[in-house]
Amino acid sequence: MQAIAVVFGTLFGALIDLNKPGNYIHWGFIQMSYGNLIVIILMVIVFLAAILIPFKSHKSKGGDR
Amino acid sequence: MTIADPKAPRADQADLDKAADRPEDADQWTAKIRTAAVEALPPQRMLPDRQPAYVASWIYVFGVTTIAALVVVIATGFVLAIFGPNWWHVSSTGLFVNSLHLWAVEVFMFAMVIHLWGKFFMAAWRGKRKATWITGVVSFLVSVGAAFTGYLSQQNFDSQWISTQAKDGINSTGAGAIFNVTNFGQMIMWHIVLLPLAIVAIVGIHVLMVRLRGVVTPFAAKNETPGAEGGPTSGAEVQA
Repeated sequence: MQAIAVVFGTLFGALIDLNKPGNYIHWGFIQMSYGNLIVIILMVIVFLAAILIPFKSHKSKGGDR
Repeated sequence: MTIADPKAPRADQADLDKAADRPEDADQWTAKIRTAAVEALPPQRMLPDRQPAYVASWIYVFGVTTIAALVVVIATGFVLAIFGPNWWHVSSTGLFVNSLHLWAVEVFMFAMVIHLWGKFFMAAWRGKRKATWITGVVSFLVSVGAAFTGYLSQQNFDSQWISTQAKDGINSTGAGAIFNVTNFGQMIMWHIVLLPLAIVAIVGIHVLMVRLRGVVTPFAAKNETPGAEGGPTSGAEVQA
């Protein structure tokens, strides 16, 4: 159990703990915090999900659909 | 406006409502504005009961998600303004409301960006919807300014760090002469007065434009008979 906590702590602790200097990625002239990168990745995932997941809609009483 | 005879029996509001739209009153400014407003913004289009079938997709929920988040941002902002920084930094309730304000902004920006991506790939400016697109872009830019001045208004080391980092960027544009990011009084006034008013006004116009022009139609599929691309909403409808 403790090993799992250590693994998760190592993996996610640095990303979630906001009480110390942030972690940044450096890619050429691009510098971005992991927090911002995670938000951008989440936005892309939600955007793709919004397009791909079917929307359960009401059936029209007039039989339009 | 015609003033009723003070000696005549007092008419109640229902009688006055019945007297509206008399032909002899048509040249009054109240009648002209009312008629023009109803013609420009018909109530059935402002709050429709049905939507076109093609809006039955999750990608269409992010506009209203953005507005819902904006409502929470403004409501929590009112509460923060009432009690002030000593409350939002120290008391547990204050910290909670402060966090609600922050996370509602996160949802607001998150949903607005997905809304923007969706509308960009739909080319949502088609069919006389340029003003809708432009007001959306402007509201996004103003929201970035509102979020920025919000970070400057936190009254903590974070806001000090952000303001001292940002001043060089702002000064390099020349705007620092009138927009001093290290001036807390100026920044909080921008954050709680000017920018919220601007956002609400622009979003209001944006929503009116959406209701007036309707939601943009999808691109026709390759094997589909091309219709009035991007034109007024038509075809099958689904209940809202």
